[in-house]
Amino acid sequence: MNDLKLTLNCPDPDHIYSRLIKLHRVDDVERSLRINARLILLLANHIGDTQILEQALEIAGSMEMQGEKAHA
Amino acid sequence: MQATYQNPVYDYRASPDQQAEQPVHHPLVIIGAGPVGMAAALDCARQGLPVVVLDDNNTVSIGSRAVCYAKRTLEIMDRLGPGQRLVDKGITWNRGRVFAGEGAVYDFNLQPEAHHRRPGFINLQQYYFEQFLVEQIQDEALIDLRWKNRVTGLSQSEQGVLLDITTPDGLYRLRCDYLLVADGANSGIRTLMGLESKGQIFQDRFLIADVLMQGDYPTERWFWFNPPFHRGQSTLLHRQADNLWRIDFDLGWDADPEFEKQPEQVIPRVRALLGHDNFELEWVSVYTFQCRRMDKFVHGRVIFIGDAAHQVSPFGARGANSGIQDADNLIWKLKRVLDGKAPRRLLDSYQQERSQAADENILNSTRSTDFISPKNKVSRVFRDQVLALARDYPFAQGFVNSGRLSLPSRLLDSALNTPDRDAFGDRQAPGVVATDGPVLTADGELAWLLNQLGNEFCALFFADDAEQVPVGALQALQQGDMPIRVLVLLAKGARGTCAGLPLLQDREGVLFERFDATPGSLYLFRPDQHVCARWRRWDIEDVRRAQARACANLEETEHE
Repeated sequence: MNDLKLTLNCPDPDHIYSRLIKLHRVDDVERSLRINARLILLLANHIGDTQILEQALEIAGSMEMQGEKAHA
Repeated sequence: MQATYQNPVYDYRASPDQQAEQPVHHPLVIIGAGPVGMAAALDCARQGLPVVVLDDNNTVSIGSRAVCYAKRTLEIMDRLGPGQRLVDKGITWNRGRVFAGEGAVYDFNLQPEAHHRRPGFINLQQYYFEQFLVEQIQDEALIDLRWKNRVTGLSQSEQGVLLDITTPDGLYRLRCDYLLVADGANSGIRTLMGLESKGQIFQDRFLIADVLMQGDYPTERWFWFNPPFHRGQSTLLHRQADNLWRIDFDLGWDADPEFEKQPEQVIPRVRALLGHDNFELEWVSVYTFQCRRMDKFVHGRVIFIGDAAHQVSPFGARGANSGIQDADNLIWKLKRVLDGKAPRRLLDSYQQERSQAADENILNSTRSTDFISPKNKVSRVFRDQVLALARDYPFAQGFVNSGRLSLPSRLLDSALNTPDRDAFGDRQAPGVVATDGPVLTADGELAWLLNQLGNEFCALFFADDAEQVPVGALQALQQGDMPIRVLVLLAKGARGTCAGLPLLQDREGVLFERFDATPGSLYLFRPDQHVCARWRRWDIEDVRRAQARACANLEETEHE
């Protein structure tokens, strides 16, 4: 089974992060939702590995569930 | 309305059974003369099993309803009889276009692999499909189809089923060993037995308008997401026989079905879509749908098939098509159980194999529905962005889901399969339905493999040359208590004769490749044409054991 990388894999995390922020510089949540959806679809297709994507989906989703419990 | 079709009326005829002092016994009774019940009845005739079919009505489907019949259904209909008539009357199509908002997103061609007898799909109004099956049944001595016979009571014991039947001449009773229930999604028999079909109800309503248009319009499937003429919703346009076009408008949950059905409402919608007035309204209906199934399809001696057992949304043409495969799967098993050649537990494999298929169909149909009518804001954003990307980036076209092509289930986990001992490619693994391909018969006739397989277990032997055929071993398979139909397939260009064995030639050279066969390979097909075993090297005992396993007759399966 292929594992999702959970240690730093980006040579320049500061650059990637600032690019993400710039993408959403316009304060328009609707627009940002669309951009994020496109970004996720492009990346999901590039990764293409169902096992890797399942792990990422699981982590992304389960953190929110813990948060919801914490708030409850 | 209904300018292109007049529903036939089939006469009620009293049966001598109605005058009998005691309930008359029949091995098998089918309730429901829809596409699935009638396919099951025709399969009984092919298996040599007499059957009584009871239907509470006296005509075929009112309105066109199911429209798309998939390749596998046509192949089954070739075996049952009316295949060619259906294809001749139906509309064969391969091209589809997807639109979003103002413009085209992409178009696709479903042209299947070359060298198959049947196309991926035909479109045909359900009433024609049913009518052709009724007419075929009228030629079948083994099928007793009784119109205006409504089952109003049912009880079963270890010995069989007892039915109360109401007719225009009053009540009578019948006994049977097995009862097949094919009375549709809102199965009255299911309710009568206190059983449930459980699943998901979609909060959505669709308007169907069948319109008659003269003129030169392309034979294509057009699907619109959020079009200018129907903002925020989806629309589907599809061609049927007789210049009839099926239009599906997604209306959302809040629409009032009675209001939306009125021609004053429907005609402006159709006009906006077509951009002209040159059409007549033929039939209108508003429907909601569910994806649901029964936990168990087999309840003692009562067996549910088709929509009565499992129901899906219409996207992907998985309703009638999967019901017909239920019949294809079940009837050969019932015949062998009734003849005492297989134990009753063979029927458990119907439950196992067809509930796997039902789950696949429900999954696919639910996914299509979620794409076509997103249920919350973010899912709508994802859907719309898939469509936006699909215009320029081909990968995203693969994410567009306006209904997935219905393919027969690959029964890879079936207990009836004999696992491979020799190395073979996956395409025709045990459990998969046999692929078609062109053959040449010994008389030099152009023919197709699937039409040669018959209604029994069939062994297909692959040879380079007629000299290499193990005639004795193959003839031994044709003998015995459970005879196997044997076919020899010679490589393209090979010639020769083989005493007593039907010889075919791989006319285009594609069958050896599709089956990943080498000279000496043998495939064993069940009567429903699914592969149950295959070998590169084999002996008679291997084949007999595989056949016994496929009939649940092996000792070891008893202990599993």
